[in-house]
Amino acid sequence: MKALEIKGLKKTFRSNFLLKKYHILKGINLSVEKGEIYGFLGPNGAGKTTTIKCVLGLLFADHGEILIDGQPAASMASRRRIGYLPENPFFYDYLSARELLFFSASLFNLAADEVRDRVAALIHQVGLSGHQDLKLRKFSKGMIQRLGLAQALIHNPDFLILDEPFSGLDPIGRKDLRTLILSLREQGKTIFFSSHILQDMEMMVDRVGIILNGSMRRDGKLSELISRSTQYYEIICSHIAEKELAKIQTNFACRDGQYSLTLPSDSDINQVVESIIHNNGRIVAVNPVKMTLEDIFFNEMQPHRPATTGPHRPATTGDSR
Amino acid sequence: MKMKIKAIAVNTFKESARNKMFYLLVFFGIFFALSSKLISFLTLGDAMKVLKDTGLAAINFFCILIAIFTGINLIYKEIEKKTLFNILSKPVSRDQFIIGKFLGLALTMLTALAAMAVIFFLFVLANGGGFDLKIILYFFMLFLELLVIVAISLFFSSFTTPILSFIFTVSLYLIGHIMWTFNEFKMILRNPFWKYLTQGLYYLLPNLDKFNIKNEVVLNTALNPWTIFFSVLYALAYILALLAVTILIFRKRDFQ
Ligand SMILES: Nc1ncnc2c1ncn2[C@@H]1O[C@H](COP(=O)(O)OP(=O)(O)OP(=O)(O)O)[C@@H](O)[C@H]1O
Ligand SMILES: [Mg+2]
Repeated sequence: MKALEIKGLKKTFRSNFLLKKYHILKGINLSVEKGEIYGFLGPNGAGKTTTIKCVLGLLFADHGEILIDGQPAASMASRRRIGYLPENPFFYDYLSARELLFFSASLFNLAADEVRDRVAALIHQVGLSGHQDLKLRKFSKGMIQRLGLAQALIHNPDFLILDEPFSGLDPIGRKDLRTLILSLREQGKTIFFSSHILQDMEMMVDRVGIILNGSMRRDGKLSELISRSTQYYEIICSHIAEKELAKIQTNFACRDGQYSLTLPSDSDINQVVESIIHNNGRIVAVNPVKMTLEDIFFNEMQPHRPATTGPHRPATTGDSR
Repeated sequence: MKMKIKAIAVNTFKESARNKMFYLLVFFGIFFALSSKLISFLTLGDAMKVLKDTGLAAINFFCILIAIFTGINLIYKEIEKKTLFNILSKPVSRDQFIIGKFLGLALTMLTALAAMAVIFFLFVLANGGGFDLKIILYFFMLFLELLVIVAISLFFSSFTTPILSFIFTVSLYLIGHIMWTFNEFKMILRNPFWKYLTQGLYYLLPNLDKFNIKNEVVLNTALNPWTIFFSVLYALAYILALLAVTILIFRKRDFQ
């Protein structure tokens, strides 16, 4: 069964004078399988937060259906299963970390003595030991973010929705969070998180959805997305005259006395390498170049430009679709 | 269900109780109530009467101030600072949120009023006054009025900014104390449209004078128990209606 299913979600905002309509979400479709980590990727203003708020019922969708475990997302039963970390969270700053966690628990009908151990464990888990009685107005941004994570986990939910969970965290915090998310998946929980930090995603997500300008551009298993995407081979060689090289391959670039050739497939590698050696060239390296999530992301952001750009990118490889 | 409302109410109370402004206003209320002693020296006539008159007026003023200021900021701050997201994303309905907020404010007002009332009582006793049941009744009626004001400010703050809520709430408070003029107006108006409009407004706007029994307390005149009874009913009905409208508005809101 699917942990989350969004079908044809549309949302418009109106300007103050009710004159102009802004189409923010233009029919979002996405689904998150149980037990997977789903990365919701998109540039600033793409509509990630808006989508998440519709899932949580903070915003009302104009159109479309949102299901959690097959149930309408707006129902109390659905809300009980979700742990949510808002983007740039803010909590009652007159409370201490511990008070906030007890307060959060009570909103799930969990009494203080039921969750005492859990509160202590969570404070330790998110690295706030020693700060549990400090008032939140004295918390730093990263500490608030950690606390936000703890409050999202207070009722041991089986589905986590995290809006930019990595923002504001230092490198250690990032690593801790990555470990935590992976261990949550081990426990069979589903994690849906948004980010524009590609490295964080690539290292752990099972599935990514790329949203751009309020529409989903891609949605799929990370392994499929990446293997489906262009792969090319790069041969680096030296000690060969440019004139000779041009006869072998027209498409090459020169850097620091070394030449880099690009081959769209592996079938020609042997032949090209032999020709280079035959012409007294030296092979420095033969590299298979896989497309990274970053490439996919940039391709989606610039649909009209050649797929791969930049000085070290060959011109022959195009968008694989 | 009850636990969630209670949690929100207690937390709302905590918010006020950990706010310095709240203590400052309570302190001022007590301070000015006690300074009525000074005024009683300066005026001729029944010293105890002046003491009660000005003391109760001071308490009244500062309680209303606390009610308006805490009421208008409450929901707006939750939306502005996004603390609301942490609550409404959990299994808490918007209705429960509003009810919890109202009960928390009611608790806050009860605490403020009780603190002022106890000190004022001791003060009256220390100045040779007797135990007066009517003063208790006065505080009870003031509490009802405070609840109505809290409900009004909560209502406005569910859809406008604090500044506008403040203006609207204060206007309603002032109008609420001159509702008798509406009846006089009705007498002079000839046009049936204006007559009905005045009549309609009379029923719609809060008639806060119903809760004001200061004259009876200070002058020690008789109070009709039925009048009190209907005032209590009126307060309850008015608060429930306002809360219902507030909830209906709140249910429809998008929180960005
Ligand atoms: N009230 C509003 N009226 C008009 N447009 C709005 C309103 N609120 C948000 N938007 C627009 O909706 C778009 C999507 O915003 P959203 O917060 O969902 O983006 P996001 O993908 O979360 O971006 P980020 O990575 O910066 O968090 C933005 O372009 C924003 O300008
Ligand atoms: Mg966002």
